[in-house]
Amino acid sequence: MTATTYTELKGPTTARRLLTAPTTGPLAALLLACAFFSVTTDQFLSGGNFSLIVQQVMVVGTLAIGQTLIILTAGIDLSCGAVMAFGSIVIAKMAAQGSLPPLAAIALGLLVCAGFGLANGLLVQMVPLPPFIVTLGMLNVAFALTHIYSEDQTISNLPAPLTALGETFPLGYTDITYGSLVTIALFLLFAYALGSTAWGRHVYALGNSPESARLNGVRTARLTIGVYTLAGLTYGIAALLLISRTGVGDPQAGQTDNLDSISAVVLGGTSLFGGRGAVLGTFIGVLIVGVFRNGLQLMGVSSVYQTLITGVLVILAVTVDQISRKKAR
Amino acid sequence: MSRTPHPLRSLPWKLCACAGAAALALTACGPGAQGGGSAAGAKVGLITKTDTNPFFVKMKEGAEKAARTAGVELVSAAGKFDGDNAGQVTAVENMVASGVKGILITPSDSKAIIPALEKARAKGVLVIALDSPTEPQNATDALFATDNFKAGQLIGEYAKAAMKGKQAKIATLDLAPGVAVGVQRHNGFLKGFGVAGNDPAVVCSQDTAGDQSKGQTAMENCLQKAPDLNVVYTINEPAALGAHTALKAKGRDKDVLVVSVDGGCTGTRAVKEGKIAATSQQYPLKMAQQGVQAVADYAKNGKKATGYTDTGVTLITDRPQDGAASQTTAFGLENCWG
Repeated sequence: MTATTYTELKGPTTARRLLTAPTTGPLAALLLACAFFSVTTDQFLSGGNFSLIVQQVMVVGTLAIGQTLIILTAGIDLSCGAVMAFGSIVIAKMAAQGSLPPLAAIALGLLVCAGFGLANGLLVQMVPLPPFIVTLGMLNVAFALTHIYSEDQTISNLPAPLTALGETFPLGYTDITYGSLVTIALFLLFAYALGSTAWGRHVYALGNSPESARLNGVRTARLTIGVYTLAGLTYGIAALLLISRTGVGDPQAGQTDNLDSISAVVLGGTSLFGGRGAVLGTFIGVLIVGVFRNGLQLMGVSSVYQTLITGVLVILAVTVDQISRKKAR
Repeated sequence: MSRTPHPLRSLPWKLCACAGAAALALTACGPGAQGGGSAAGAKVGLITKTDTNPFFVKMKEGAEKAARTAGVELVSAAGKFDGDNAGQVTAVENMVASGVKGILITPSDSKAIIPALEKARAKGVLVIALDSPTEPQNATDALFATDNFKAGQLIGEYAKAAMKGKQAKIATLDLAPGVAVGVQRHNGFLKGFGVAGNDPAVVCSQDTAGDQSKGQTAMENCLQKAPDLNVVYTINEPAALGAHTALKAKGRDKDVLVVSVDGGCTGTRAVKEGKIAATSQQYPLKMAQQGVQAVADYAKNGKKATGYTDTGVTLITDRPQDGAASQTTAFGLENCWG
């Protein structure tokens, strides 16, 4: 009895920790995929191509940061892509056709997205309603508002500040977009906030058990609403990145991004049951999807196989999570 | 995993450092060498709106066949849904990275795709739009497509002739707001029928996204709104078949004239069976074949295809009308797609 308690307190060895950490599997998968495509295609292994992959995943990646926060609290957000699309239309339309200066339009877009997050959080916490239902409803609301407000027109001829994040700067032989840096910086910021602050511990605690978190003095209501609002804000940043990447306000955008972001979170080793995972795992998750899409394209493999492989990997990731949870018990 | 609190705290930082080191190492490699030269072995990219719609499946088939003949390699990609611009942008970038000589694309969003295409063209890639033009059209080097206005006009003229001067009450089952193909066919139909867009003869207009079940719902609603309608224009044959199901349920399938656009094999058979009176057949196979040939020529002699090439459209019906030149369904089935 005492012996067991002692081992538990001490925790597993470093090697064991590395092997069982939720991000280890995904990282191994990412590295294997990179190695595979480096061998099978000539064009994969280059700085330019890697910069391209990061550009291609920055929008879904940024959405997936918010999604990770919510999933860590054992919630889910189906509305993220639609909220982002609405935010991007608000920014584009206000700046291109409205009377707002570009920076004010961007600020308004961020606020609108955070507002959607706040609404989600309030409904989940105060009514309370299941996150799945709340965000399913919000998905439709945001989707409809996007089409109503944009009148189904793509908005082009945007002022320069809106697309500034899509501009590139050279690093060695490689051109890197500012937007990629924003996404990477956000991942690092949230990795720090989740891993090294009291707020981060509270988010994990809330996901593990709301009841014990509350009994331990965590203000769970405020925390939940805060997490959803903060997630909304990251969707606003994703909206800006989306505009900078495509150079237009596109009312059709983001329709599958909710599921893509959830896939990225799961691929990154975060548990859908909450309380377990890491936001850097999510970054690895979006990179896995991006690397497969790019690598298979370079190999000349049809895009439907990219979808097939993503599906298989998601199921694999959930299975691994489920098995390791059982072992933990 | 144990219940030990936060074993992740230090790990992510380690991962991060590793990834950073890897990125630096890769940056040092620099850009890979790009291939090029004669047509043999040159890569051609085909990007369709989706890879499930039979229209695009047929297009890809045509492209594959043409690629084998011309001795070039075809790589293909598609958006996840009709309207998935981001997916097409990603595909363009990846194809340019893989060193294609030319890209054939059916743009999901005629405006939003342009910045990506401009970047590709700046790198010397020949860009040809298939089926749907970009806005403006000169954002691509060339366009190989059906004249969608004419496709609409042919069935409009046919419907006018078939009504033989009877008072028409028209329902239009359209695509979606603001999509050029849908607007062109709709306007072409009205022009062919000889009515204006706001004419009281048009009793009902609904969007179907070109989907059979949505077409059925739209038709049911139109019948509710205007039970005495007698002409139905449909954006494509799936929408027409949905409309037929709704009309049949109300016992109106024999006296309501349904016309459509596409000329897919299922649709053409529906014309033969009398579910659809007439359809304007288009030729995705030709678009793809001519597109691949144009890229192969470009790879060989550096000459870029330019301007608009009409790949043709034919009115298919087994109940021909005076003043509307047509072919039978036998011809239609020989040349159908899907």
